[in-house]
Amino acid sequence: MAASVEICALTIAELSERLARKELSSEEATRASLSRTAELDPKIHAFLLVDEAGALAAAKAADGRRASGSALSPLDGVPLALKDIFVTEGVETTAGSKILRGFRPPFDGTAVARLEAAGAVLTGKLSMDEFAMGSSNENTPFEKVHNPWDLSRVPGGSSGGSAAAVAAREVFGSLGTDTGGSIRQPASLCGIAGLKPTYGRVSRYGVVAFASSLDQVGPMARTAEDCALLLQAIAGHDPLDQTSADVPVPDYRAASARGVKGLRVGVPREYFVSGLDPEVEASVRAGIARLEALGAKTVELSLPHTEYAVATYYIVATAEASSNLARYDGVRYGARSPDARSLREMYLRTRADGFGPEVKRRIMLGTYVLSAGYYDAYYLKAQKVRTLIRRDFERAFESCDALVGPTTPTPAFRLGEKVDDPLQMYLADIFTISCNLAGLPGLSVPCGFSKAGLPIGLQLLGRPFDEETLFALGGALERELPLHRQAPTIS
Amino acid sequence: MAIQIDRAEVRRVAALAHLALSEDEERRLAGELTSILGYVEKLRALDTEAVPPTSAVAAAVPPREDQVRPSLSAEAATQNAPASLGGAFLVPKIME
Repeated sequence: MAASVEICALTIAELSERLARKELSSEEATRASLSRTAELDPKIHAFLLVDEAGALAAAKAADGRRASGSALSPLDGVPLALKDIFVTEGVETTAGSKILRGFRPPFDGTAVARLEAAGAVLTGKLSMDEFAMGSSNENTPFEKVHNPWDLSRVPGGSSGGSAAAVAAREVFGSLGTDTGGSIRQPASLCGIAGLKPTYGRVSRYGVVAFASSLDQVGPMARTAEDCALLLQAIAGHDPLDQTSADVPVPDYRAASARGVKGLRVGVPREYFVSGLDPEVEASVRAGIARLEALGAKTVELSLPHTEYAVATYYIVATAEASSNLARYDGVRYGARSPDARSLREMYLRTRADGFGPEVKRRIMLGTYVLSAGYYDAYYLKAQKVRTLIRRDFERAFESCDALVGPTTPTPAFRLGEKVDDPLQMYLADIFTISCNLAGLPGLSVPCGFSKAGLPIGLQLLGRPFDEETLFALGGALERELPLHRQAPTIS
Repeated sequence: MAIQIDRAEVRRVAALAHLALSEDEERRLAGELTSILGYVEKLRALDTEAVPPTSAVAAAVPPREDQVRPSLSAEAATQNAPASLGGAFLVPKIME
């Protein structure tokens, strides 16, 4: 039997092959994942809940299927974990908030049910910024997550636990959600791959809602190829989500092996501006040069409304959040303030006690922009600018097949560095937000390290429902510079 | 023209949002909302007179016929409530 550290170093694709060849059992892989989690997570704090008994039972069932030659999918027996925004039947789901403490959902969401139907072993629930609002995972009433590459730094957010657990090799892959960069930004800061699929590609049924016109579910893993395997299992139409698209699901893994010859890659001028860390710029430009050397052609182009994306996003997202979060009122689930004498007081007190400062800030901003007299000046205006941002991309994709740039302006920042300045924190998402506003797919893949040893990510954006081209580019890059072979030293 | 959010405005919005705020939170939010709204002012520089709004990026899914399907029982639906009785949610008295 291989040592636990060697098992945890495998990619999903490699683990899947060993499981198929019966060189390794799911129980061995699951025990390796659980023991690494037990050893490292007291330093990383990626997990909110570890379901050891459930994971081992699922692993044994997977081994039974492998033994009888009836494996459900390449993911059968592969240990994965979920951002705590996915509702899981009978397993506490908090969305990173005190207000949902103790909530044991009576059903599984679609993405979770599909992973289970594919045979995946779910080892637990991962930390996140409260209600997915944040870029550092510091908006949490629980332990703050630490970046495995430097424990004094943030993992990014809001899917910070999902990124840190994969980067620390506690688990082979995870699911996150991305409303303005919440999969790609932490993936970049933790040196892993993360995909925000096209809006409508993956069902959001059973995912706690933040901003419904932007939220999307996606995979996080050490390689683009592994993300392709995960997306394969969760993509596709779901009648339980009105925004789920009835579009055929192609073979994503095959796409990741396709190569890049002849692809036209657009390099937006606005993604290489002042404020971009010189080490990030150099690393991303070197990544683009590799793609060119592999046969891709680059095209310089412009996305002129990029500078308006953050302002547009913070109106649209907070407005939708203020409406979505109205449901947390102490009536149906979660905590209720005990001292209230009237119904209204119960609402006011429960929400005051249950929500953290960033969630209150966004509810307030969203309520303000939707309130009487302000709707046209803010919400309607932002929706119109959203149209301009979409048109920028439509024009860009007339002359290229994908766009490439940095995922984030800097590598991981220090814990505490931006907590007192919400606006500075919002600007950390400057390159990831437009993709959500336009509903496009976006993939972040590792492209290098800073001199201080911090991971740097490269972002690829594609046409709606063309995740295949992103996987082709990401897959080619990771075969060229296999950065996923480098593991953080966690001391 | 820069928007200035004062504590009275914070209280008006907090009442709409069903949030009880401490005096300290009111003061802090007045400053933070002023700063964030000041930043989003930049959208005014764009002429959007003739631009249609984008409210959704998904293709519209055609409606379907209503169907009767199994759903959660009242017991399962209320099992997470802070207070419930016989499949109903219990809340403080609404009227005296």
